[in-house]
Order: sequence, then C-alpha cells, then structure tokens
Amino acid sequence: MAGYVVRRLLAMFGMLIALTIVTFLMFAVIPADPARLSCGKTCTPEIIAANRVLYGIDKPIAEQYVAFAKGLVVGRTYGSGATEVNCPAPCLGYSFVQDENVTDLIKTALPVTINLAIGAFILFMVVGISVGVISALRRGKVTDRVSMGVALFFYSFPVFFIGLVLLYFVKIKWRLIPASVEYVPFYEDPVAYLQVMILPWITLALLYAAFYSRLTRNQMLETLGEDYIRTARAKGLAERVVIGKHAFRAGLTPIVTAAGLDLAGILGGAVITESIFRLNGIGRLSIQAVTNTDLPVVVGTVLVAAVFVIVANLIVDLLYAVIDPRVRLT
Amino acid sequence: MSDPFLTVNGLGVTFPTEDGPLQAVDDVSFTLTKGRTLAIVGESGSGKSVTSQALMGLHNRKAVKMVGEVTLDGQELVNASDQELRAVRGKKMAMIFQDPLSALHPYYTIGKQLIEARLVHVEESKEAARARAITMLDRVGIPSSTQRMDDYPHQLSGGMRQRVMIAMGLINDPELLIADEPTTALDVTVQAQILDLLIDLQREFGTAIIVITHDLGVVAGMADEVVVMYGGRVVEHGSVRDIFYKPEMPYTLGLIASMPRMDQVNERLDPIPGQPPSMLNLPKGCVFRPRCAYHDLVPDGRCDTERPDLLLAQTGHEVRCHLASSVRQGIAEERLTALAGGVA
Repeated sequence: MAGYVVRRLLAMFGMLIALTIVTFLMFAVIPADPARLSCGKTCTPEIIAANRVLYGIDKPIAEQYVAFAKGLVVGRTYGSGATEVNCPAPCLGYSFVQDENVTDLIKTALPVTINLAIGAFILFMVVGISVGVISALRRGKVTDRVSMGVALFFYSFPVFFIGLVLLYFVKIKWRLIPASVEYVPFYEDPVAYLQVMILPWITLALLYAAFYSRLTRNQMLETLGEDYIRTARAKGLAERVVIGKHAFRAGLTPIVTAAGLDLAGILGGAVITESIFRLNGIGRLSIQAVTNTDLPVVVGTVLVAAVFVIVANLIVDLLYAVIDPRVRLT
Repeated sequence: MSDPFLTVNGLGVTFPTEDGPLQAVDDVSFTLTKGRTLAIVGESGSGKSVTSQALMGLHNRKAVKMVGEVTLDGQELVNASDQELRAVRGKKMAMIFQDPLSALHPYYTIGKQLIEARLVHVEESKEAARARAITMLDRVGIPSSTQRMDDYPHQLSGGMRQRVMIAMGLINDPELLIADEPTTALDVTVQAQILDLLIDLQREFGTAIIVITHDLGVVAGMADEVVVMYGGRVVEHGSVRDIFYKPEMPYTLGLIASMPRMDQVNERLDPIPGQPPSMLNLPKGCVFRPRCAYHDLVPDGRCDTERPDLLLAQTGHEVRCHLASSVRQGIAEERLTALAGGVA
C-alpha cells in the first residue's frame, strides 16, 4: 500500500513535468508575440526587442523551459536594474499583461474556486444521492418518474442557461439577493459570503445533482437485483438495512469515481459558472488569460487544474481499496 | 409421525409481466415434518425455485400475487405482514442459495455477515454473536475458523463459501432450512461433502430440509420425500423409494431415464424430447402433453383438452396423469427394466 502510493506519487511527478512541457510548447506554436502585445501604443522595434530580453523569450524554447522549471524551484528574476521584476519560488512565471506574479494571481483566485467547488459538491452529492436512492426504491412510481424527469431536464440544459436564468430572476427581477456583491471570505462576512455563493452553488448543483441522481438510481437498481441482496432479505433484515447498507455500499464504486473527477474538474475552474457570476476564481482567471494571450497565466492555471485531476485520481484509486476489499493496490 | 411442521396448501404465485400475468406456480401442496427432507425436483423453469422463494416470502409482495396457504409451525405466512415475515426469516426458516460467491456480500467479511445474521434475531452482545459465529464455522468444518472470520468471500474456495452460507443459515437454529440447488455451483467432490454436512447437521439439530434440485443424485442421497414439478405444477409426489422405483408420471420416468449412468458404457443418453413449456403460453390440456410419448394411450384425446388432477395412485403416492394406473405401471416397469439393462 505505502509502496503503491509512493509509486503513484512519482508517476504523478513525471506526468506534471510532461504537462509543463506540453503547455510550454504553446509559447512556441501560437503566432502571438507577448513582447509585441504588452508593448503599448508607442511601440518601437527597440522596445519589442527589449521586452523579448526582459521576458526571457529571446532565448531558444528549451532554454526558456529550463528557466521556467528553475523558477518553480528557486524563484526567478526578470530583467535587471530599473526594470527588474522578482518572482519568488514557486514561480509559475510573470504576467506582463497584468504586471503580477502568476503564483500570486492563482493564490488570490484559488480560495474562491475552492469555496465554490466544495459548497456545490456537498449540495449536489447530498441531493443527487438522496434523489437517486428514493427513485430506485419507488421505481416506476410517480416519485421516480417525476424526479427522473426533472433530473433529465436539468441535465439537458447548458450550465450558462441555468445560471443566467437564476441570475436574472433571483438577482435582477425579484431582487431577492443584492445584485452587486463581491466575494468575501466566510469568516469576514457570512451573510455577504452566502449572498455571493448561493446562486453559483445552485447552478452547479442542479447540473451535477441531475447526473448523480440518475447514476445512483441506476447503480441501486443494478445492485438490488444481486443475489446477496436476496441473502440479506432471507436473513430477515429490515428493508432499510438491506438498501441503506448492503445495496448502497455495493453500488458506491462508480459514484465515488465520478465524484472524485467532478470535484477535481470544478476545482480546476468552473469557467462558465465563474464567468456568469463574476467570481474571480481559477476558471475566470484562465478564460481572461486565454482572451488576452497571457501565456504565463494560461500555463499556471493549466498546471493547477492538472494537479487537481491527478491528485483526485490517486485518491479515487485509494478509495476503491477501502470500499471494495477485492481491490488490491500493488 | 408427528404433526407437520410446514404445510403448503394450494400455493400459487403469479408475476406481472409485460405480456400479462405469468403464473409461475399453480396449486402446489405438500407437508413436511421436522427432521425430514423433502426434495423438489424439476427442470429449469418448472417453478421449483419460485416455490421456495415464495415460502420465504422473498418475492416483491406488492407486485407478485400469491394465493393459497403456507403454515409454518402454526403461523400462516402468505398473508402475514412484512414484519411478521421478517421475524420468521432467518430465525425459524433459513435459506441457502445456489451460487455462494454471488450470494455472499463481496464487500463485507464473512464474520460481519454471520454476526449480522445472528443479531437480527437474537438480542445478545457482539462478542457473544461472534463466539456463536465461530462455533458455527467450526461446526460446518471450516478450519482455523477464528482467522476466517476476517476473510472476505472472494478469499475462500467455493466449497468453503457454501459452508459459510450453511453456517449463516443455521446460526439461529432454524427449524426449516431451504436449500436452493446447494451443490450446483460446486465441484463434484465438494458436492458430496456439502450433502454429507447437511445430512449430519439435520441429524444433530432435527431441522426440516427442503432441497431444490435438478440433480437426482442429490435426491437419492438426502431426500425422504420427493415433489416432482413441471410447468409450475406438482406432477408427482411420493416417498423417494416410490419416485425412483415406482414412478408413474411419464415426466418422472423421463427424468430418471435421462440420468447418465456409470454402469452402462456406450449407452446414449435418453433425454426427454422437446423444451419445457413457455409459462405464458401453456398447453390447454396436460402441460406435459407436447413432450409425452404416451398420450395416444389416453382415450378421447383428453390430454389435449383437460388438465389432469393430482390424484392418489394405487401405489400410495400422488400423480397428475390421465393414463390409467395399470397402463402407467406397465410403462414404468418396461422403461426401468430397460434402463437396468434387463433387455438385451
């Protein structure tokens, strides 16, 4: 088990290196020149050339990558003298478009995204699994059909539609929540925090709860037909134990898989939801970076998202062994 | 003989299907006293497993229609409430299933599953239940039972798993054990061990056993009485000697004749021609009529038009057949002599 985790962590490290190389190659491939983009109106060839030296993009791509990797570990300094810019380790690069360290940009954006992801995650897991279990128990009855119909409805709608509808009615038309509230941490102002977060949570939760209720229902129906469920009933166990313990435990594996990856996905940036509700999280940061060709930020956010997905994968695999004793991690 | 412990009277089970109601079991009746073994024999789809699960009340009782009476130790079960049934299941009657790998929960240790079975019905400490579970594992012949308690089902062999199932079935000293094809999924050598174990345990605890099987070897090895089922109905019912030596229903004869035999080399197997009937589309007359070689011997084509009743035959057991008793006995004698190699 410990050996397995060590090997997986090493593999994760290798994967991250590969990922930085791939994202870094974007610099070389895309036809935009950061030196020209950040040059301003009074642009002269001299300024562009100076910028190229300052950004370190005058050197060959391999050398640039080494500088980037070194910056991650020991920090990095761009330029010298009056134009000197410091980027302490772990330096993910410097955004000359925003005049800030990428690491700092991500540090500011990450708490917003984490709060969004965890709140929505709890909401959709609780709602989705409960609805799924109840539907499975009432299979074919009105409760089942109505909840599965509603689930299909929300599952079919794109998230920007649900988000915009919620935004329009709740904040603009009915004015249930003040329209302009900036994100504040929970411990500073819980009311304002909830006013900002509740709609994004609901938006994400509606989409994902729909998926999880359908997944849970199908899993439950599949396991309820298993022989060991009949054995549990033959023992004289109450139906609630048969379903809540024996059937649910057996149907859990695919739900855990999907949940781990979905949580990682949202942590890596719920681009649309964050943009609609103007939450300055990782998703919004990366979409702005892409729009402005702010390449260092793009690389940084891609890396952060990748770390989440890889770590989630590892955790899911470890959870398999906890749930299913037949899985041996070697 | 003491009073019957289990009485089944006119049991019928009907499932709703998309093609209309499907009557899987019709008018099944038998009795069983403690310490005795009844075998229910038949092909796949003959209704034998449905019957056994109906006794346990394991069908979805909201959807499945059940008629008739099942009386266990004076308690009527067909119309009992869910709660009453649960109190009986696993306590007074227990069931073991065909495939012990799929019948045990893969995610829980066998200890956990055994203790759970005990604690549903008996109020005692977890430690006492654990001690009881270990005793039961010892009793069914599982070596180093204390260590095995922490094993998961997939870590045991098929025979061991079935022993665990038996231990779980017997953990609350049930008076009736229903074994649904208990040896079908096992190796032949292990089959014999499991049957021996069941017979031993029956002697020790005086349990009544219903064994569901299509294996006449199992029947000969453990049963006192036999119910032969075909198309959801009892077609012959008698003592194990009567069924093997004086069978009267052509279907029973066919079953016996189709058994492979060690003492006759180069002899082709003698299967019953045709397929079991579709339960949604049963023949009008005798359900066995399409596969019966002797229906010509019945006058007026009654096999095509009239369902035969289950009647007491001269030999003292019950038979569902239109053939005259003397004709049936003649046919049986001829077939059995041929089987024994009496005809050169």
